[in-house]
Amino acid sequence: MRRIALSAMVALALGAGPAAAAETTPLPEQDWSFAGLFGHFEEPALKRGFAVYNQVCASCHGVNGLAYRNLAGIGLDENQIAEIAAEKEVEDGPNDEGDLYMRPARAADFIVPPFANEQAARAANNGAYPPDLTLIVKARKGGADYLYGLLTGYLEEPPAGVTLGEGMYYNAYFPGHQIAMPPPISEGGVDFEDGTPATVEQMAHDVTTFLAWAASPELEARKRLGLKVLIFLVVLTGMLYALKRQVWSKLH
Amino acid sequence: MANPKWIDATVKWIDYRLPVFTFVDHHLVDYPTPRNLNYWWNFGSLAGIVLVIMIATGIFLAMSYTPHVDHAFASVERIMRDVNYGWLMRYLHMNGATMFFIVVYIHIFRGLYYGSYKAPRELLWIIGVLILFAMMATAFVGYVLPWGQMSFWGATVITNLFSAIPLVGPKIVTWLWGGFAVDNPTLNRFFALHYLLPFIIFGLVFVHLWALHSHKSSNPLGIDVKGEQDTIPFHPYYTAKDSLGLGVFLIVYLAFVFFAPDFFGEPDNYIEANPLQTPPHIVPEWYFLPFYAILRAITFDIWFISAKLIGVVMMFGSIAVLLVLPWLDTSKVRSARFRPLYKQFFWLFFVDCLALGYIGANPPEGLFVIAGQVATFWYFFHFLVIVPVLGKLERPRPLPESISAAVTRRGVKTGRAS
Repeated sequence: MRRIALSAMVALALGAGPAAAAETTPLPEQDWSFAGLFGHFEEPALKRGFAVYNQVCASCHGVNGLAYRNLAGIGLDENQIAEIAAEKEVEDGPNDEGDLYMRPARAADFIVPPFANEQAARAANNGAYPPDLTLIVKARKGGADYLYGLLTGYLEEPPAGVTLGEGMYYNAYFPGHQIAMPPPISEGGVDFEDGTPATVEQMAHDVTTFLAWAASPELEARKRLGLKVLIFLVVLTGMLYALKRQVWSKLH
Repeated sequence: MANPKWIDATVKWIDYRLPVFTFVDHHLVDYPTPRNLNYWWNFGSLAGIVLVIMIATGIFLAMSYTPHVDHAFASVERIMRDVNYGWLMRYLHMNGATMFFIVVYIHIFRGLYYGSYKAPRELLWIIGVLILFAMMATAFVGYVLPWGQMSFWGATVITNLFSAIPLVGPKIVTWLWGGFAVDNPTLNRFFALHYLLPFIIFGLVFVHLWALHSHKSSNPLGIDVKGEQDTIPFHPYYTAKDSLGLGVFLIVYLAFVFFAPDFFGEPDNYIEANPLQTPPHIVPEWYFLPFYAILRAITFDIWFISAKLIGVVMMFGSIAVLLVLPWLDTSKVRSARFRPLYKQFFWLFFVDCLALGYIGANPPEGLFVIAGQVATFWYFFHFLVIVPVLGKLERPRPLPESISAAVTRRGVKTGRAS
């Protein structure tokens, strides 16, 4: 405690950012295609990432913010989307008789969550609530790096001196290190259609890419427009600088 | 009488009946402005421009936002995903709030450094402090609208402050909430207030400008304008200078909007509000952190007054003290350029404010508690003791005879120095 406070004071004296306060494992920094000025999503990674989500994560986690139609954004065509949607049923109605009925989901429907409500999710998961993943990359400090770290950061045995609670697992990056989610991905857990070997790192990378897209589907459009806007502004500001000097030269 | 300046018949006709052209000419074109304003004087007009951007983007957001606890979070995501350029409007608005405070804080520190609050500009300054108050209220209620975890818990913490008021406190809190917790009625009224307050700010800005144009801008030398040789027309000189500043500002602002839109935000606010789950650290937006540190600095009761109440009073007092600053400052010299001691205390105060911000971002444990108390003490000590005493003790450096004598190479016939 004293050491933390002391290092915080040193950081304060140096004017450093609020980084020193908590003891955490540094995140494994990945080279994301969507980072930086020219950031973009790579379609094969998005498709593989969706496969991982759909075949692994989706048994417990929803992506409530996405509709099936949004999957056009990862490069799926109308037929593929209709096919994926039709695997699930949604409630609709009332029909002409006044009854609610079940029908296969369509492109316009939101992706059907695995559980009807939070209570059902907790009942099926030993009391833990698997959070919705739509915004998970934006809703965690460290973003994509954190998610990748979480997915790959399981230790088979907790470090000496750490006792885990009943049904808990040790994770190097989860706050407090005790997590109710069992290691979600295992070597070869998904058969990628494009033949990419499904290593844990590959799957973690791809599903993180997919969830980064799910959280910020506007990212590519935003960065493309941003570049144009900034180039325009830099040129304009350069001209305004010249104009200002010209106008004021009469005074000096 | 028509202004003899207008030649065009239509302009003449309109101006005779409604002198808009004369008004613009008087306040934006021929408006006499001290010739020596530096770039710190850009931030007033920048603040005005950001206000307009906030109102414009805010109106578009309001068209697609649903102020209901069950739909607010999802409606913001709908804006981000399904509304054409909704993400742009939202990120402009979100980062616009941050930029608004950066610009206004610089504007205020400029006023403190150059003594802009002194006679005859006391009311101009006071109206400015009222604008700050209104901005803070607007930002606070606005942050609740996306109905994320920080929205909800921030609203809970801050509205609960009023419960510290003796006797009627809890009743006031219930009245503010419109119920017995932060809930749908709270969200509804906060949305109404968030739409109302910017127009009150707009009105205050109008009065701020009215007062400004009565005695015109102060200047880095802090001496009065003595004649025409000290001023230049606003156009083209300051329109050119302000445009350049606006260009630079927009580059910074839009770089955040397009490339790091969540830089200033809390990740927790992308989790929908959950009244049953308190986040580990409830922190306000960065622009409230210094005041949050002051609020939490008081950890002890004094006699029968609770620590909470003192904290609340100090937090509001830290802004209210600015209202009486023109009378706390006993120095007749405006600009810190000629006040060697005040200049040093100004920068010390500036560092103190940054330290308060840093302390406010951290949990109140260990040395942060003491650091927060020291920094809070210094904040008030600066205004209540240093500033009044310094005016009496300090020997200011000699002031230049006139603006033009000080800033032009040749000086001007009437006011040549040396």
